[in-house]
Amino acid sequence: MDSITITLPHTVQRPTEMPSHGPTTRISQPMVTGTSVVAFKYKDGIMMAADCLASYGSMARFRDENRLMPVGNSTLLGMTGDTGDFQHMKHTLEDLLTREYDMDDGQNLGTRSIYRCISNMMYGRRTKVDPLWNSYVVGGIDNGEKVLGFVDYYGTTYQAATIATGFGGHLAQPILRKYVEGREDEITEEEAIKILDDCMRVLYYRDARSFNKLRRAKVTAAGVEISEPYALETNWDFAEFIVGYGS
Amino acid sequence: MQKQYPAQVPTEVHSHQNRWDPYVDNGGTSLAIAGADYVIVASDTRQSNGGYSINSRTEPKAFKLSNNVVLATSGFAADAKRLVEVLEQNALTYFYKHNKQMTAPAMAQMLSNTLYGRRFFPYYVFPILAGVDAQGKGALFAYDPVGNMERVNYQAYGSAAALVQPFLDNVVGFKNQRGADPNRLIERDEAMRFAVDAFTSATERDIYTGDWLDIFVIDKDGVKHEKRELKHD
Repeated sequence: MDSITITLPHTVQRPTEMPSHGPTTRISQPMVTGTSVVAFKYKDGIMMAADCLASYGSMARFRDENRLMPVGNSTLLGMTGDTGDFQHMKHTLEDLLTREYDMDDGQNLGTRSIYRCISNMMYGRRTKVDPLWNSYVVGGIDNGEKVLGFVDYYGTTYQAATIATGFGGHLAQPILRKYVEGREDEITEEEAIKILDDCMRVLYYRDARSFNKLRRAKVTAAGVEISEPYALETNWDFAEFIVGYGS
Repeated sequence: MQKQYPAQVPTEVHSHQNRWDPYVDNGGTSLAIAGADYVIVASDTRQSNGGYSINSRTEPKAFKLSNNVVLATSGFAADAKRLVEVLEQNALTYFYKHNKQMTAPAMAQMLSNTLYGRRFFPYYVFPILAGVDAQGKGALFAYDPVGNMERVNYQAYGSAAALVQPFLDNVVGFKNQRGADPNRLIERDEAMRFAVDAFTSATERDIYTGDWLDIFVIDKDGVKHEKRELKHD
């Protein structure tokens, strides 16, 4: 009987031609990105803010993006970095929450569990050298205790009373460390909003990939609340006096 | 029937120089000094992001693995954290299998094997394992990231290793000291003073070292922990 010849489509190379251990031909780079997330502990829980922009390089492309996500009813997730990878994380977490709900065993995923889950996912992807190009801030109240943690695309984690990702690490973190550290249980909601707005204002003035439309969110014993988008009052009078590269 | 091969597709292989690096050095320093009946382990608690920013001033780098073993790490913090979790899990499994706690030398060998298991994609961690051996003598094991293991009397690793190790060589190892007894093991209080002094000095000159110091003292009675403040700048 004649053998059957199958002609391969032209897109498939013969195995002998494919490099087995050649240089990597795949690189990782973010496409649509979100900038800083700022978060800290205050008297009633956690407060977090992020602007509503998803940039496409230097283009301010999507101006109604929500980079804050509630996870269950006691945890908040803030995202910096690639929007596509964030959507993957969102889908995975939503699946997780659905499965946990279906277990119907009266247990709810606490902030610490969600933080551990996200951290392990991020570390796992970096170990495959295929990272989710994000930095996350995970905040919430777990067993009455305020929890606030950070994970980045290396899987590096740390917990602190104040966290700021991206540019926020340079511009907002010093403000947070000055006004929040040591006073986490004293700061009222009113003062917390003022601190947060001051940080976001500085970021709007100085981060070239920021936007003056932002959301604020809080986690308290009552649950997770994400505000409607709002804008900050800014004063650009100083611009008139700038000469050259002056600051 | 004539064999038809597909049209030749040019084999283009691009070498991407900007490939993402899965490692980052989060900075910080660890040291350990062993004596006749104790080991002192000291690590700072500053975690940096590889550049000029501080992630946290209070992120521990040294971990109590059991009632008589402490592991001090430095290098890539995410790998260090995962390594500690793997060791803790293995120690627990050992306990369930043998109905006995893993001894320090047993843990030391296990750590070496764990590290070598990742010989071709290493844990970017420089671990120091500290405990007391069966004779109650201070046991200190220093490793490289792929598991090369050496039992020593003192070791410093991390961003300020080059500043601290030579100091320990002189005051703990009595190197370049004429008339000193090179086999003498120093006392606990001396070791504590040297450890703290090493860190206050390292903090002055190494930007990645500072904030707080975790000190563990291990002897046959267990592990004691204390914290000292270091300069925050």
